[in-house]
Amino acid sequence: MNKDKTKKQKKGMLRDLILLGIFSCVMIILLLVFPNKQEPVIKTSWDFFVEMIAILPAVMILMGLFSVWVSKETVVKYLGKKSGLKGMFLSILFGALPTGPLYVAFPMASTMIKKGARISNIIIFLSAWACIKIPQEMVEMRFLGLKFMASRLLLTIIFVFLMGLLVERIIEWSDRKNSKLEGGKINAGI
Amino acid sequence: MMSLTAVIVNALAAVVLIISFIKDEKKTWKSLGVALKSCIRILPIVLVIIIFIGLLLGFVPPDKISRVIGEQSGFGGVVITAVLGAVLHIPSLISFPLAASFLTVGASVATTAAFITTLTMIGTVTLPLEIKELGRKFALLRNGISFIIAIIIAFIMGMIL
Repeated sequence: MNKDKTKKQKKGMLRDLILLGIFSCVMIILLLVFPNKQEPVIKTSWDFFVEMIAILPAVMILMGLFSVWVSKETVVKYLGKKSGLKGMFLSILFGALPTGPLYVAFPMASTMIKKGARISNIIIFLSAWACIKIPQEMVEMRFLGLKFMASRLLLTIIFVFLMGLLVERIIEWSDRKNSKLEGGKINAGI
Repeated sequence: MMSLTAVIVNALAAVVLIISFIKDEKKTWKSLGVALKSCIRILPIVLVIIIFIGLLLGFVPPDKISRVIGEQSGFGGVVITAVLGAVLHIPSLISFPLAASFLTVGASVATTAAFITTLTMIGTVTLPLEIKELGRKFALLRNGISFIIAIIIAFIMGMIL
């Protein structure tokens, strides 16, 4: 399975490099055809590059440290049994830790559901993991400003809570309906 | 010149790194290895986005863009960028400079917020994996409702900012 994963990563890397090649060619051709655009385009790209380089390594180091120190097992252990408001806030907190992309969290969420965690907490955990990550918020503040970041963060937290509760209701309701249907079938069979 | 945020992020990383070194040297080297690998993995796409931003700001006149995703584009503009954010597979860290460049060329706050929110919350590319791990009902509900709340969040953002 590990081999499979590295193979997939290599494929993704290759795709990104090809994309980079295409974009570089497009830029070079455009800048040769429109020489008066050379200065503004290169200056804009360079400015953004400098700003990313000033932040990215530090963000990656934070993510690396947290992924090694806070193991998946720890998160699953803590979130698996907590319920109520405390569980919801823990879900946000664990999701917000600076660790890895979203697809890393799916197997963890699956394990937690099997261990009996509430659906609402899993939804909140996944959403927090996807869009309330601490280093992300910092980068957002840098590029879009404190007001933009803070209001989006606050709104996201509120709506993610609501979504968690809503999805839980829907899934429980449809499970109940299904089990009733199956129950009915069995009764009819007898 | 480094911005305040860059200083804070770097200082935070340095402090956590030192604490980690004091506690366990081996684990720290391992995490630095993880960090280096993810840096290398993300670098090509960072460069792609940076070239894209340069070309976007250099070539596309702001009034063209703002007609599609600016203030006057209304509901349609928000939905277009929300769909774009849901379908594109860009690491969320890089979505912020991209979104900032949208704002510079005249996109509205609402469309920009919609783009970032769907980009981070919804994964079309990772949907098959999510279905496999968590079931069809769960995955579709999560992504579908995320799309709706992204649009609601975008409109509230547009109203308050």
